[in-house]
Amino acid sequence: MSTLQRIGAITGKELKQLSRDRLTFGMIIMIPLLQLLLFGYAINTVVRHVPIAVVDLSGSAAARAITEQVRVTQVVDIVASFDTPAEAEAAIVAGEIRAALVLPENLTQRAVEGEVLGQWLVDGSDTMVGSAILALRNMPLHLEAGAPAGAYRASDPSFEVALFFNPERRSEVNVVPGLTAIILTMTMILFTAIALVRERERGNLELLITTPVRSLELMVGKLVPYIFVGLVQISIVLGLGHTVFQIPFNGDMGSLAVITLAFIGASLSLGLLISTFAKTQMQAMQMTVFILMPSILLSGFMFPFEAMPKAAQYIAEILPATHFIRLIRGVFLRGADVSQLLPDTVWLLVFTAIMLAVSTRRFRKSLD
Amino acid sequence: MAEPAIQATGLTRHFGDVIAVDGVDLRIPHGQIYGFLGPNGSGKTTIIRMLCGLLTPTAGEVSVLGLDIPARAETLRRQIGYMTQKFSLYDDLTVMENLQFLGRVQGLNRSGRRKRIEELLHRYNLVPMRERLAGAMSGGQRQRLALAGATLHEPTLLFLDEPTSAVDPENRRDFWEKLFDLSDAGTTILVSTHYMDEAERCHQLAILETGHLRKQGSPETLMKELEQRVVEVSGDNLRRVKERALQLPRVQSAAQLGLDLRVLLRPGPGSPVDYLQQALAGEDLSFSLARPNLEDVFVASTDARVDR
Repeated sequence: MSTLQRIGAITGKELKQLSRDRLTFGMIIMIPLLQLLLFGYAINTVVRHVPIAVVDLSGSAAARAITEQVRVTQVVDIVASFDTPAEAEAAIVAGEIRAALVLPENLTQRAVEGEVLGQWLVDGSDTMVGSAILALRNMPLHLEAGAPAGAYRASDPSFEVALFFNPERRSEVNVVPGLTAIILTMTMILFTAIALVRERERGNLELLITTPVRSLELMVGKLVPYIFVGLVQISIVLGLGHTVFQIPFNGDMGSLAVITLAFIGASLSLGLLISTFAKTQMQAMQMTVFILMPSILLSGFMFPFEAMPKAAQYIAEILPATHFIRLIRGVFLRGADVSQLLPDTVWLLVFTAIMLAVSTRRFRKSLD
Repeated sequence: MAEPAIQATGLTRHFGDVIAVDGVDLRIPHGQIYGFLGPNGSGKTTIIRMLCGLLTPTAGEVSVLGLDIPARAETLRRQIGYMTQKFSLYDDLTVMENLQFLGRVQGLNRSGRRKRIEELLHRYNLVPMRERLAGAMSGGQRQRLALAGATLHEPTLLFLDEPTSAVDPENRRDFWEKLFDLSDAGTTILVSTHYMDEAERCHQLAILETGHLRKQGSPETLMKELEQRVVEVSGDNLRRVKERALQLPRVQSAAQLGLDLRVLLRPGPGSPVDYLQQALAGEDLSFSLARPNLEDVFVASTDARVDR
């Protein structure tokens, strides 16, 4: 099989070059690690340790219990206490605290009657902080309803409290699987786009096209090594996500492998298409960014797909990352099967086939 | 021989408004070393690329080894070797890896590959460099590796595009010995160059200028049949003499070579020596008729004024 021999020759050559190219090799490992740390730790929409103050007008045991409950959520740090709401307001304006919890004089009576217990004064200038406090608002109220003040003990199991912590963790859980789509989009497209353009830039292509290698053989031979690269990267992200960030893995490995390979194929063939347009590695990089930006912003990784305007949704539907984010969240988190997610999977496979066909057609073995 | 290795008629190639090659006719017989001599931009590389099927001619017919090009370029690729002007093997692969890669791509089987690569390593003195990265080798070594790569699949036709541009004279002579070995073994070789001494070694020569074929023939014939005459002038103040000579209508070029001024004269009535003697009266000079060399042929046929 001379076709297999030629594809094998190109793949083997590509792997050897890759293993000697320390920069690229380092990028294969460092890009997923860095992104995981950035998105996992630094870019965290979960708000913690917001500085607040308590204005306790009642001086009751119930007030102390509520204050303690608010403190242990870790969403807030109680950094001050004031005697009047006006003082708290001034502190908010001054930026010393983000919010203040005001507990009225008749707190115990209100608790017994099931009324609103107190008031949060919130600095709305930071929407993230604002919504964090808004979420907090419900907690003591629900707990209080119908229960005596003495029920405030840390050991008390409470459904409402659990509900409060869950969304906090879910946002992290959402980020890491989605991150695989972004990392693969970035590296897979970039590496293949550059791989072919580099041969052209260095003059290797002129020799290569005078050999009996066929266009499709060259394309496939170039893609294969990066399939392994993609699998290594996704293993790093999901492996660390699972162990360090405690992302639950609810799906099965087979489905994960199928959707991942489909997405890697789609990204690689898109990179190949870019390489048939780009004349220099610089151009290839710029075109990759052109694909990468909408993939980050529109794919549902950053913002919910449903919340985007219709036009943006149409664009997002073209991008492989959009489909993969749906797939991986489905398989990884919801434990879905590939058979339940056929439309997105098939779409990725069709995309791969079309891109490969167009690239092969566009890549003619000539210098015209 | 009945059928030539390469036959081209009216070969033309445009790049936008630029005409790189204009109506070139070629007939290159089997088994010869055929040279393209021309300055940079004369269309040498473009012609070679069109003959390999890498570029589509804007106009003209090409037949290489009996195959219509570019229509049957894929079939041709198994029978030709191409050594590009710029080193086009992989800098980040070793000598062995480069040759192994080419061998696999060319469809040689494992044992055939091993045997052939060993043979080439010995022939081109690459045995000690086996594990050396191509990017870490000298110009001469890289050129030998490139030749080994181009001849790996034993092509019957070899295209060499300025193969010695990055090589010192010693290595260049050595390289030509290898080319004659290949030629003796029956390989047809087409080589482009802008060195006169290399051009002189070719069996046949085509002189190219700005995309036109100016002259074709063996170096000896070209030199013998030159219509222009060469006069060597020696004496004092040669730089001033040169300026004066270049004003004369019959003088095509004048170039200082060591202590002599080499003057190329267009054909005309009377002896060339007498003509110059009269025209340059008043200077203390001696004149002698010289045998034309290839550079004279080149200057005469390309109309380039060598006035350095």
